[in-house]
Amino acid sequence: MSISNEKKVSFLDNLRSRLEGVNLRQNGIFLALIGLIVFFAATTPNAASITPTNWSNLVVQNGYILVLAIGMVMVIIAGHIDLSVGSVAAFIGAVAGILVVRPLEQDGWEWLPALPWWAGLIGAVIVGAIVGVWQGFWVAYVGIPAFIVTLAGMLLFRGMALMTLQNSNIGPFPDEFRAIGNGFLDKENALGTAIGLPDQYNAAALLVTVLGILAIWFQALNKRRASIRYSQPVEPRTWFYVKNSVLTVMVAYVGFQLANANGIPFTLILLTFLIVVYSLVMNKTTFGRHIYAIGGNLHAATLSGINVRRVNFWLFVNMGALAAVSGILIAARMNSAVPKAGDGFELDAISSVFIGGAAVQGGVGTVIGSMVGGLIQGVLGNGMNLNSVGIDAQMTIKGMVLLLAVAFDVWSKRRAK
Amino acid sequence: MGTNILEMRSITKTFPGVIALDKVSLTVERGEIHAICGENGAGKSTLMKVLSGVYPHGSYEGDIVYENDVMSFKNIRESEAKGIVIIHQELALSPYLSIAENIFLNNEIKKNGLIDWNKTGQEAQLLMARVGLIENPNTKVMDIGVGKQQLVEIAKALSKRVKLLILDEPTAALNDEDSAHLLSLLRHLKDQGISCIIISHKLNEIAAIADKTTIIRDGKAIETLDMKADHVDQERIIKGMVGREMDNRYPAHETNVGGAEILRVENWTAHHPDDPNRVVVDNVNIHVRKGEIVGLAGIMGAGRTEFARSLFGKSWGTNITGTVYVNGKEVQVNTIKQAIDNGLAYATEDRKRFGLNLIDDIKRNISIASLDDFVKRGLVNDNEEFKVASEYRTSMNIKAPSVLSVVGKLSGGNQQKVVLSQWINVKPEVLILDEPTRGIDVGAKYEIYTIIQRLADEGKGVIVISSELPELLGICDRIYAISEGCITGEVSKAEANPELLMKYMTTEKGSK
Repeated sequence: MSISNEKKVSFLDNLRSRLEGVNLRQNGIFLALIGLIVFFAATTPNAASITPTNWSNLVVQNGYILVLAIGMVMVIIAGHIDLSVGSVAAFIGAVAGILVVRPLEQDGWEWLPALPWWAGLIGAVIVGAIVGVWQGFWVAYVGIPAFIVTLAGMLLFRGMALMTLQNSNIGPFPDEFRAIGNGFLDKENALGTAIGLPDQYNAAALLVTVLGILAIWFQALNKRRASIRYSQPVEPRTWFYVKNSVLTVMVAYVGFQLANANGIPFTLILLTFLIVVYSLVMNKTTFGRHIYAIGGNLHAATLSGINVRRVNFWLFVNMGALAAVSGILIAARMNSAVPKAGDGFELDAISSVFIGGAAVQGGVGTVIGSMVGGLIQGVLGNGMNLNSVGIDAQMTIKGMVLLLAVAFDVWSKRRAK
Repeated sequence: MGTNILEMRSITKTFPGVIALDKVSLTVERGEIHAICGENGAGKSTLMKVLSGVYPHGSYEGDIVYENDVMSFKNIRESEAKGIVIIHQELALSPYLSIAENIFLNNEIKKNGLIDWNKTGQEAQLLMARVGLIENPNTKVMDIGVGKQQLVEIAKALSKRVKLLILDEPTAALNDEDSAHLLSLLRHLKDQGISCIIISHKLNEIAAIADKTTIIRDGKAIETLDMKADHVDQERIIKGMVGREMDNRYPAHETNVGGAEILRVENWTAHHPDDPNRVVVDNVNIHVRKGEIVGLAGIMGAGRTEFARSLFGKSWGTNITGTVYVNGKEVQVNTIKQAIDNGLAYATEDRKRFGLNLIDDIKRNISIASLDDFVKRGLVNDNEEFKVASEYRTSMNIKAPSVLSVVGKLSGGNQQKVVLSQWINVKPEVLILDEPTRGIDVGAKYEIYTIIQRLADEGKGVIVISSELPELLGICDRIYAISEGCITGEVSKAEANPELLMKYMTTEKGSK
């Protein structure tokens, strides 16, 4: 009897010591996402939430919110907010429409040469950056709180979207442009045919998935090895392998499902690229570090020699450019630029960031956390749709999720003290 | 009624894993000023939180006997209702409200459910007279100095019919004049029968004002000294606090004078940012040699910090004029970045507000001012960053499990070491340390002095700004005195003494 008791204790102690150094709070939100996916897989009729097509939809329908959330988390870490991104996205959609399509008769834009789709894209992103220059100027150099500047911007750019579109829609877009929001990598499965793979599997998608998994392990092992070499504390070995294996299984599963549908959406490729680049920016560049420093203690950051104004300015330029990317994704997906595009998206982006663990006071937050936060909202909305939950109940539930997620965050922080 | 107003009997308070107070007993007589001394983290504040009900009855063991009754306070309101009022180091005043409004905040004088402003003003004036505060009661609190704000707090306590006043580090932010006024006020209140518990690091004040002193060390009450009977001096208190005689509070050091001039500031003048006509730093000329520790003595408001910050990238003031030479070459210091690049570093007097990102870890706080040095191919090498920070943790003896610990959870002394590491790592020629030992305990102070001396031995110039004259006399090779923005005296270590410095520090404009 006593022997088995001892064993139990030592096993628990062992487990506890193994879990030391594991950031439960950060991993908790990731587990919540998995829990949601499992829940909807079990409850939706015919497990509709985990069909290949639905996985594909999930990515494409949330891509533009997630792109906004990347810029938003940076703004929020620095202690600001941006309420204008939905309007800016609509305005940029309109600008892209004018640049690429120009279908309106007597629209006053006749002087402008018609641009090829790619030039229109670049032009639209540049206009987005200019919008950011405008807002960044007021926030950084005049010193008006971002809440006010972007609240004004919310009206201003919605108005400009309406003016540009003259209360109608512009569309359809050229196929190449549409592909950004709707297209898939090698949809015709030319690669699969070439190497003789069964037709229901998209070979390009499988290849990208395998490469992705290799990249994940390469990066994780590399980082761990470097940390050990510099005798930094690392996650317990078991946890490290468990965590990355779970991630691998998830990526493999989603990749396989996408391969079973139309292949990998271009939106996902773009999004992955942005997540990797911006995670790097936030963790490994002086610009990113300065953002955290400013949000953590503005005075200390200033006295450390950080040019706070310049950082704030470029933050908003960056947000403008990302809002433009989001606007392009929306327009491409809807195949038309409409005045109401992006309505309320700023709130979805802000919710994603806070569900993802950012602090209202600034200084805290991660790109990847915001992505998980955005996906939690996306999976929730998608699952409720499939379960035929009414829009009224959906809003109520989403509101509660935001509140409870942040409450949990506050509670766990207080407990840690 | 007995002679004791308060008896805390065998108070034990534990936090998970820590015994914060271990059977601490404290007896305060009616009309007594009772000082509590101890290093940071010894348990002084915890004891006061138990007394005032911040930690409610039941969360500790032992009894609080107040006016011969056992108390069981559930919160601060209940202790205040009995006349126990605590004034914290960080004042709890609302800056945008007037003095009168602050005095009666949450204790408003009402008539028919509405605030009676006439009576409020009248009562406020009476209370202000009692504490010697000469101001219009309608003045906003943000417009008066810290010293006067402290008086508002005491007036507020009086309005609550205080019998036992607890002051936590009341003079930490005050200049000598305001401190003196506050101490005489406490004596005055004592004559009116108000008992007082005062927590302070300033041992000379305690020696001057306290009737009894209880020393707390590691959560235990070590001893209670009767200041009158036992001929207690500062050394005696320090002995109790650290558990050993500290013969020398300042580490011995060979002075390095005669080195080459590393910094020269000529005709430095700066004006107040809100009032460009007001000269705050007035034609200051100073120089520092290689390996020299130079003191800057001045009462608060004399322009010490303003001078340092205007010099450091013009981060304070407007219309700044003057010339700066580093190693004999004239340099520009128009932005903080430029000042750092030209070899200056400034460690602030207020590390929590201006010095540290309290929610981030030690590593990132140490690297933030020198982040460019860690960049390789456009990316910050965080492994290198970890290595460097860990080296500082060892060499500066920063007590934390790892450099990934959050700075906000460290003690004041360890936070100060992080601030110093941050600025040492920008590899400056001259370090300006503004109140480097404010609010940290005796043991940590000694360590900071050692670090300062090590920097000097490495050939850096160090400027130490301090309110504590003994500190400047203890560690500086040469001391400038500053008063009303002017340098009013310069003395070498050999000729320096407190009286001479104090004379220079109080020299008024035009009289010299």
